[in-house]
Amino acid sequence: MADNKPIIEVKNLKEYFNINTGLFRSKPLKAVDDISFSINKGETLGLVGESGCGKTTVGRTILHLYNPTAGEIFYDGKLIKSKADIREFRKKATMVFQDPYSSLNPRMTVSDIIGEPLDVHKLCSSKKERQERILELMDYVGLNSEHAARYAHEFSGGQRQRIGIARALAVNPDFIVCDEPVSALDVSIQAQVINMFDELQEKLGLTYLFIAHDLLVVRHISDRIAVMYLGHMVELASAGEIYDHPLHPYSKSLLSAVPVPDPKAARANKRIVLSGDIPSPLNAPSGCPFRTRCAYACDRCAESMPEFKEVSPGHFVACHRADEING
Amino acid sequence: MKKKRFTFHVDLDMFNPASEKDKEYMVQMRESSTFFKDGVKRLYKNKIAFVSFLVIVIIAVSSIVIPAFWPYSYENQLGVQPGKPVDASYNNLKPFEYGRTEQMKIDGGEKVFPHLFGTDSAGRDYFIRVVYGTRVSLAVGLFASIIVLIIGTLIGSISGYFGGKVDLIIMRIVDIIYSLPDMLMVILLSAVFKLTLTPVIAGTPLEKIGANIISLFLVFALLYWVSMSRLIRGQILSLREQEYVLSAQATGAKGSWIIRKHLIPNCISVVIISAALQIPSAIFTESYLSFLGLGVNAPMPSLGSLASEALNGLSSYPYRLVIPAVVISLIVLSLNLFGDGLRDAFDPKLNN
Repeated sequence: MADNKPIIEVKNLKEYFNINTGLFRSKPLKAVDDISFSINKGETLGLVGESGCGKTTVGRTILHLYNPTAGEIFYDGKLIKSKADIREFRKKATMVFQDPYSSLNPRMTVSDIIGEPLDVHKLCSSKKERQERILELMDYVGLNSEHAARYAHEFSGGQRQRIGIARALAVNPDFIVCDEPVSALDVSIQAQVINMFDELQEKLGLTYLFIAHDLLVVRHISDRIAVMYLGHMVELASAGEIYDHPLHPYSKSLLSAVPVPDPKAARANKRIVLSGDIPSPLNAPSGCPFRTRCAYACDRCAESMPEFKEVSPGHFVACHRADEING
Repeated sequence: MKKKRFTFHVDLDMFNPASEKDKEYMVQMRESSTFFKDGVKRLYKNKIAFVSFLVIVIIAVSSIVIPAFWPYSYENQLGVQPGKPVDASYNNLKPFEYGRTEQMKIDGGEKVFPHLFGTDSAGRDYFIRVVYGTRVSLAVGLFASIIVLIIGTLIGSISGYFGGKVDLIIMRIVDIIYSLPDMLMVILLSAVFKLTLTPVIAGTPLEKIGANIISLFLVFALLYWVSMSRLIRGQILSLREQEYVLSAQATGAKGSWIIRKHLIPNCISVVIISAALQIPSAIFTESYLSFLGLGVNAPMPSLGSLASEALNGLSSYPYRLVIPAVVISLIVLSLNLFGDGLRDAFDPKLNN
């Protein structure tokens, strides 16, 4: 379903936050450090990694909710730079948030929440048109039209997330950043919401950047998966490829942690447990960011940052010793 | 395929499918309760707040309605008739006493409306002057707190939302205004404004209100917004980190839109409460300015100026000081209690 025209291209994206370490001193926190990737039209790119590795920051920086420190973001081949570009871009790219409880204004009715993007961009000429569009959106995500006049706190988590999705769909976007949209939900509800993402993608031809830490969810929904560690992208490949042949030691240990429903298979599955904790992004290790916890680390890893290179078609990895390890 | 019956003991004929009407009866939507309705419900349950609300309403309504039908007016000197010498018997009447010509009428069998609180030293009915003074004081309090509310909310929300340098500059201005001795500033400013405004407003409808009251409003607009704006800024600082604000930014909403649609509605309870508590403070300020002779213009009374005039005859007519003082206390007390009740009812952090 995905054709090969990139809709979003990210080149050498960097996002540093200044953290005050003393009264007048500050230090850059490298939340995202030199990341490049592209997302093709109609595909879903899954973005995984542990907490604090910069997944959410990537999503927010692409939407220019944070000003990128360096790097370029292209939409449909066009560089997004000026304020006017960003404003235009926001009609095409929207976001679904992680927490359906705090991402909906408690003082607004459902129809106002869903209709806000329409009002902001003045997309509806009359009240009647606006109302019809809101009801259509509510129908897309499986909400009753009677719910329009209610407040967000009257709904369950799954319904709230549907409201958030309807809101993201309001401007008729091409691209949606889904920032852990199901991690705050029950497993049964997760399935419903994920299936809805799938259906909407088919129906409306959407492109997703799907951020999550549940690897099974990501595998189910993604065409390609990118693995992040400490602000860097360490591996990027198609979903099947990364599950069957992970090349980076970090991806390997991450995937070995995925629970397997079959007990026999689970016993046969050897878990790779990493030693130590994730280093603070304030003083990241020199060279390869993963070397402090990597079983294969050598002197070279401390000296230079491994290049993010294509080892087989469509499979990128950033590891000096990827060839040796995987023989 | 025909469904198997669950058990033979249950007679299925006892069960009928629900009709449309039954379904409608079963599936009933609860009335959507808003934040505001909940707050009003809680406020209604709070006896003290409810009683003080009633007191305020009664005082406010009577101060508006009574002057319309009362036979005396606040500026009419009863002893002064055109073409006749001044009749001094009307001055300084005690409650329920009558002037010379009124007494003649009563003796002649006519009915005369009593002077409930007597008259003042210029022969004006004191009751209507108190009523009118209450009206002026309430109006000053209300308008002053509205001015404070608008300026404070505007500046506070801009400072809180945009942060950074904007916030720094605004907050330093606030600090400067805070550090001025406010009583002294109020007195100086109203004295200056009184002089400069009088020629400016001559001949305009504003003249009737008087330069003093306008300068009073200006003083409020200049000095009293600072605490309100600090309060609002603090609220906005915490609200702007909420995810729905980020969500609005992601849709491309501008700062003014986010402040109007997201931030202010979410701190409206704090705004209302502090506005309600601002009214008594404005009434106080007006009272002591009038007491010092910087308040309302001469024939028009306010509670403060009534108290001030009463000082001269304090030993002979103490009730003339007591009455306006009691009215001020009553208004301020019930507004404060009502404001407290509002806070209890609308502040979500105190919810049980």
